[in-house]
Amino acid sequence: MPNNEIIFEGKNLVKEFGHGKTLCTALKGMNFQIKEGEIVTLVGGSACGKSVLAKHMLGFLQPTKGEFLYRGKKITNQRDHWQDVQPIFQDPFSAFNQFYTIREQLEDSFNVFYKKPSKAEVKKRVDDALLAVNVQPSELEGKFPFELSGGQMQRMLLARIFALKPKVLIADEATSMVDACVRANILDYLMKLKEELNMTIIFITHDIGLAYYVSDRIFIVDDGQIVEQGTPDEVALTPKTAVTRHLLDDIPDIHKPWIVRNGHAQ
Amino acid sequence: MALFEVKNLSLHYLTRFGSKVHAVSDVSFELEEGEILGIAGESGCGKTTLVSGLMGLCIPPLYPSQGDVFVEGDPLMNRTPQDIRENILSRKVSMIPQGAFNALNPTRRIKDLAMDVIVSHEGKKAKKKEMYERIFKRFELLGMDTARVLNSYPVQLTAGERQRSVIGISTLLNPKMVIADEPTSALDVTTQKQVIGMIFDLLEKKVFSTMIFITHELPLLRHVADRICVMYAGEIVEMGTSEQLVFDPRHPYTKALMSAMLSAEEGARGKKPEAIEGAPPFLGNEIIGCRFAPRCKYAKEDCKTKKMEIRIVGDRQVRCDYAE
Repeated sequence: MPNNEIIFEGKNLVKEFGHGKTLCTALKGMNFQIKEGEIVTLVGGSACGKSVLAKHMLGFLQPTKGEFLYRGKKITNQRDHWQDVQPIFQDPFSAFNQFYTIREQLEDSFNVFYKKPSKAEVKKRVDDALLAVNVQPSELEGKFPFELSGGQMQRMLLARIFALKPKVLIADEATSMVDACVRANILDYLMKLKEELNMTIIFITHDIGLAYYVSDRIFIVDDGQIVEQGTPDEVALTPKTAVTRHLLDDIPDIHKPWIVRNGHAQ
Repeated sequence: MALFEVKNLSLHYLTRFGSKVHAVSDVSFELEEGEILGIAGESGCGKTTLVSGLMGLCIPPLYPSQGDVFVEGDPLMNRTPQDIRENILSRKVSMIPQGAFNALNPTRRIKDLAMDVIVSHEGKKAKKKEMYERIFKRFELLGMDTARVLNSYPVQLTAGERQRSVIGISTLLNPKMVIADEPTSALDVTTQKQVIGMIFDLLEKKVFSTMIFITHELPLLRHVADRICVMYAGEIVEMGTSEQLVFDPRHPYTKALMSAMLSAEEGARGKKPEAIEGAPPFLGNEIIGCRFAPRCKYAKEDCKTKKMEIRIVGDRQVRCDYAE
């Protein structure tokens, strides 16, 4: 259950890139609070500022103006921050090093901790995590990233999370490359992990169907601002803004007409 | 005669240790002119490998084991890559690759990349200016700011523009058929709709007529494809019209796929998507029985020992002896 501690807080958060003529404002004053144990989904089209916000949450970026707080404090040391907060990135191929086997990299990801578990325990946790994402550990023996398909790689990124068991998970388009069955599996396991650890999960996606199913709250992001926030029912069933309505209409649904063949996109 | 015909195509990878992984086995279908065939299946089921086979580009470690692909009666297997490149690719069959960003050379402008396609297939007959005009005309159809896009480097474009440029370049030489390998899975829903709309536009303007559309999203295929075939572990398990497959699936795997869908409709929130337990089989070993049997809810005793053949159930092809 969500308790009262606030994990992330944005106070008039502004992020600018470049200067002068090339100035680009990615976040234009965001105000939000995310509580512990909550599942929050950021939904929006491309280039709306979702990923920039995610990078703030991971401590990669500092705001230009305003404040961004993790448990009431500014993020100063990244390694301290990463003890608790771990990501799943969008593109699994650039997230893994092509020169090391996947197994080595999964085991090496424990190096982020100040207190690293013993070798045997690391091995056991990696094995368990692999089984959790439906991959036999023996099948992966000596495999390099380029030997796997895109969806399998995505599952390897998830296996990393299942092994590390962080307190906060930032999932940036984590399920966009896997099919519906695997997605159902992954969500199932993430929910179990969430129950077990009272994990806070921040999903970033453009799939409002996924957002509707998993989240406690949905933030609709557009042009660097949070234009709508509320419970899934509020947002998906009674959308207040045009952005949300567009996002809902553009999902291919088997029961609704979508694009009429031999015509222009509606 | 069908425009495109695949007969019992099997492909395997040769691993470093000399063993074979049978990534695609016994795939057969025909494609008439003007048809759109959708191929769906989970990741790692052999969709992308099948694409390489369909274009006749079996580059080691991928080798053909049996069967053949015919484009207008012209066989593609066991020909040199050089030969295929000269006679088939871009003119008869063209491919839209999976990641648009990885497909474009980051150090060259879009117009140079497009010119390369013309030069490599038709030789340096035309002047640069003529070629540019030809490319410009074609890119006009794509509904973008043509002059800006052609003069940009790939990094300067948005994901949607990049994907459209790739589609523009692939269809530059008026291929008869286009194979689109997950063209929209990296895009958000709004851009996806635009890109699909643009593909339909190109079909309408008769730039190309026939398409194989590969994706893992069945709802998307229901709107795009005329026929859908579902793949599992390298085999086609069910093939039929898109209405049949989406609203009335017969194979246990297709049923499972459809019940794993998520949607933002009222009442859908409490409904848990059904996951399939277990993992797909490892294709390095010989599998005798049904490949889906270990994960199948309806599996019977002899499913694991009896070889399943494609049979006709209710106007569609199903690879299951117990489907009704």
